[in-house]
Amino acid sequence: MTTSQSSVSFTTASVGKKVLMAITGILLIGFLIVHLIGNLQLFVGQEQLNKYAETLQSLGALKWGFRLFMLILAVVHVWKGVVLWLENQRARPVGYRREDTIQASLSSRTMIYTGLLILAFVVYHLLHFTVIATNPEYAQLKDSMGRMDVYSMVITGFSNYFIAAVYLIAMFLLAYHLSHAAESFFQTMGWANEKYLPKLKFLSNVFAIIIFLGYASMPIAVLLNYVTLPGGGF
Amino acid sequence: MNLTLYVWRQKNADDKGRMEKYEARDINHHMSFLEMLDVVNEGLIQQGTEPIAFDHDCREGICGTCSLMINGRAHGPEMATTVCQLHMRHFKDGDTIYIEPWRARAFPVLKDLVVDRSAFDRIMQAGGFVSINAGGAPDANALPIAKKDADTAMDAAACIGCGACVASCKNASAMLFVAAKVSQFASLPQGHAERKQRVEKMVAQMDREGFGNCTNYYECEAACPKEISVKFIAMMNREYLMATVTR
Ligand code: HEM
Ligand code: FES
Repeated sequence: MTTSQSSVSFTTASVGKKVLMAITGILLIGFLIVHLIGNLQLFVGQEQLNKYAETLQSLGALKWGFRLFMLILAVVHVWKGVVLWLENQRARPVGYRREDTIQASLSSRTMIYTGLLILAFVVYHLLHFTVIATNPEYAQLKDSMGRMDVYSMVITGFSNYFIAAVYLIAMFLLAYHLSHAAESFFQTMGWANEKYLPKLKFLSNVFAIIIFLGYASMPIAVLLNYVTLPGGGF
Repeated sequence: MNLTLYVWRQKNADDKGRMEKYEARDINHHMSFLEMLDVVNEGLIQQGTEPIAFDHDCREGICGTCSLMINGRAHGPEMATTVCQLHMRHFKDGDTIYIEPWRARAFPVLKDLVVDRSAFDRIMQAGGFVSINAGGAPDANALPIAKKDADTAMDAAACIGCGACVASCKNASAMLFVAAKVSQFASLPQGHAERKQRVEKMVAQMDREGFGNCTNYYECEAACPKEISVKFIAMMNREYLMATVTR
């Protein structure tokens, strides 16, 4: 055995690529959990949510460091995901005339599609609520303390049926991605076995449902008028 | 029973190939699937037509040579069964059956239903062995092995290298095969010395052969005639990570 044979490095090897996807994926999941807890302050009220948003905005360099970190995670995850998919397309140049599926779940077989749709949504979401480019009128929303009125922005945004529908559909796709992703993480990292795997599959689905309900609760609450604009409008 | 077969015919590696229709008449339901093909082939030979080429050897489910995709399933509809052990009683009179070769860039079709699986041999040559200095056979009890480890190694060693995992995987990935071999050696003390190089070299060779990447579909496990569990893939991922981290 000579070592010169090992020309494939960790980041390009099949198993290494998967580990990179798994680690970036789980960190993105970590963000999803923190982001959800932050956003749910919508239900506490205008003061709480705007104060929280202002605190985040005031972090300065830390904020930009965090944004850069998130960007790197997303770029690595998407890039490796696309490479993985392209290589897998090439691995079977001639397909079957008849092809059956015994146990591969639909969520596992649609990861690249749900993934790319999530990416499209993330771009829209950032333009919508972070850059405020799609609805520039939000920028005028200020609360009584002169802060950016994130509370009113969210409610105004979700009062639009079309926008609310986009968010709800995107959250469904995200949850669908996660139902395979969370379980897949443990298998890829080598922390699954025949005893744990069925339990991990179950917990992965439960987690995906929690994420969906958590995020979907906000547009739904706005649509049902459960949370309303302070003083009833602009 | 009478059947309609659609069979992949391809003269050689360069031919484009096509599905062709055959009628299989008076098939006895006690026959194995391969015996059914033997009957069809005898008819073809009598007609002066080239018989259908397919791989087979032991015909008792232990050698891993037979390899047919039947109605879109590797080794056909029965779980935990090689196609040589698949009996015609699992089909009904009048059925239409699609028979195709394993499909993967790393398994090129040589003729009809016969594919070249030497990529698996090259993966084994890359590290699927234990280097032992020649000499007298050691005493059987000299090296105690825990029952649990022996069982795990045996479960992994059940792999007959047929390639159904590759054929059934939507990504044409060879992970289940390579994982079974890596895990078999990693579970035994004899395999420990070369553990790190083994997993790195076998994975590197697997990648070089052009197999796809695993995306945890677990379709391989369902298609495997020896019911090799995907837990071995997790085990290999762990071996690979450990080898990389502690290099
Ligand atoms: C918040 C967003 C996202 C989260 C939390 C997330 C999370 C995950 C996790 C944990 C995995 C499993 C990793 C593994 O075990 O290999 C995964 C797989 C995958 N992700 Fe994402 N992901 C997100 C967005 C995206 C995007 C934008 C894409 C776009 C290409 C994408 C494409 C994929 C693909 C193709 C896989 C499949 C890899 C495989 O099945 O082996 N994901 N994701
Ligand atoms: S011919 Fe040997 S396993 Fe089928």
